[in-house]
Amino acid sequence: MQFSGAEIIVKLLERQGITQISGIPGGANLPLYDALKLSSIKHILARHEQGAGFIAQGMARASGRTAVCFATSGPGATNLLTAIADARLDSVPLVAITGQVPLPMIGTDAFQEIDTYGLTLPITKHNYLVRSVEELLWVIPAAFRVAASGRPGPVVVDVPKDVQLRKMEVTKWPEPGGPAEPPEPDSPDVDRMVQIINEAKRPMFYIGGGIINAGAAQTIRRIVDKASIPTTSTLMGLGAVPSNHPLFLGMLGMHAARYTNMALDECDLLIAVGVRFDDRATGKVAQFCSHARIIHVDIDPSELGKIKMPFVGVEGDVAKVLAAAESRIEAVDRSAWLSRICELKAAYPLVMPGADDPLSPYGLVLQAAAVAEQDAIITTDVGQHQMWVAQSFPFSYPRQLLTSGGLGTMGFGMPAAIGASLAYPNRQIICFSGDGSLLMNIQELATAAEERTNIKVIVMNNAHLGLVRQQQELFYGSRFSASRFHAEPDFPAIARGFGLEAVDLGNVPDPKKALKHAIGQRGPCLINVPIPAEDKVFPMVPPGAANRDMIGGENHVDND
Amino acid sequence: MSITTNHVKQKSVLELTVNNHPGVMSHVCGLFSRRAFNVEGILCMPIGDGHRSRIWLLVNEDERLENMVKQLDKLEDVLDISRHGADHQIFSRLEEYFRA
Repeated sequence: MQFSGAEIIVKLLERQGITQISGIPGGANLPLYDALKLSSIKHILARHEQGAGFIAQGMARASGRTAVCFATSGPGATNLLTAIADARLDSVPLVAITGQVPLPMIGTDAFQEIDTYGLTLPITKHNYLVRSVEELLWVIPAAFRVAASGRPGPVVVDVPKDVQLRKMEVTKWPEPGGPAEPPEPDSPDVDRMVQIINEAKRPMFYIGGGIINAGAAQTIRRIVDKASIPTTSTLMGLGAVPSNHPLFLGMLGMHAARYTNMALDECDLLIAVGVRFDDRATGKVAQFCSHARIIHVDIDPSELGKIKMPFVGVEGDVAKVLAAAESRIEAVDRSAWLSRICELKAAYPLVMPGADDPLSPYGLVLQAAAVAEQDAIITTDVGQHQMWVAQSFPFSYPRQLLTSGGLGTMGFGMPAAIGASLAYPNRQIICFSGDGSLLMNIQELATAAEERTNIKVIVMNNAHLGLVRQQQELFYGSRFSASRFHAEPDFPAIARGFGLEAVDLGNVPDPKKALKHAIGQRGPCLINVPIPAEDKVFPMVPPGAANRDMIGGENHVDND
Repeated sequence: MSITTNHVKQKSVLELTVNNHPGVMSHVCGLFSRRAFNVEGILCMPIGDGHRSRIWLLVNEDERLENMVKQLDKLEDVLDISRHGADHQIFSRLEEYFRA
């Protein structure tokens, strides 16, 4: 039977198990959309390609499965770039299929022509410019294999319009592409790792997104319990170990609790699993865990020794490595170390001013957590609100938090929430955002309303780029350059204009009750919460400083 | 794309077997250029039936080189990679074509 390139792509996507695709049509991908019209795949029409990219990311991050987005050539592709780069830095499996001008017109500066291949080269795990309809039969499954194998990441498939239109006879469809089975870890490395862990007096786990990607959360919890190993997490790893676990010390690094960074400074063994020693986690690298040996386990061999040379580097899928080590990691008595941790925790806790006040950042996060459903998914944008959420929200399972960690993209949160809601229509999705971040992709409120997503957008509104303002106050002599928004949009009115419910917590007699009502009601809703511009995220490690040199957040000092 | 250095650096020769299609050189060179890591010499020719190519790279020894090799190895189109010392003859035998 004869199929066009576009029909082949759609058929292969169906065979991949793809049921929803976000995107925007345009001149160079019209054949693809024509084929999609006859497919069982549901299309989610975004209002900007960056929104489409983050909606797909939301689906992928929430489910762990590769998600797909479409864009046309030229501006469609350039608009996608930020979402692709974001997926790369946070290891999110994404397949972006872009239209391109017809092959004979490539290189002629044709209308809406851009070198998508060249532009996406440094921000993808791999990319393809498809030059014949026949290639599609292996490129599409390969794109899915690459996106999901090993360390996941984004793949771009750029398809010229004439390739989409060209017909060919297909008698047999290729097998769908999926993640390759990771190789067995090298057993001498695992042996050494086990031995060093068993010998350590003051070990600490430093875990990250790799634990979640590998599905190793349950294994790490068992090892933490069995061997009494205090555990800290990166932003990307939050939820792998529940925040109320007695051995969990929260996030490390720039906005960690004081005791967490201090404990890291005292450990004699750092067991780094599924992490990449990001500068926001390590602070000044030379002084990070300077008394500790380091074991580093990662599926990506280029991460081992990239920032810090490990004493033992174990290349492998962290689930497999931990499973191979688990039975031999001994239940060592570490009561002295654990009581030292308790001391630090008691003396240098995370201080959360305003924890009882729903109109102050910590209080708002805690109150939202208290009224949210147990299986609610949390997304954030980027800035102060993101760090307040990371510090204080009681995360308790993997993939509960979807946040832009590596690229730190403002505008991520709300479209990612839409994606999460599309992946899990029956779950509550709460997006914490700021007034700066939300405006960066606010057009997607239209998509949220159209799809009747169950998302709750909580806007911490201080009429500022809050984290910029905070840094200007702390490090630039309070010279507030370009961090204040003088025009303050009426976010509830905007949301209503897009067809969402909305409430302003600054304008109701009982904010707690109003918050509970807004979160509990089904359907998309925006919750505006005025917060003071002076509120800061503390503690804070100045950029470039060692983690032990924290500013603010002292137990005995009022942070206001 | 050059980092100027005052002293002569130890060089290394990398031998890559890659898929032969228009984007491969960009993938390989991009890894170096985006880290401001100068490639001193490049040679590339198809091998066998033309589906594959061999790329020879002459690069300065640098503490980043080991990680660069790991990054190259991760590229989907790089099938094999080996590292030779500066004494490898591939570039020195071409010197007569490169006189200023």
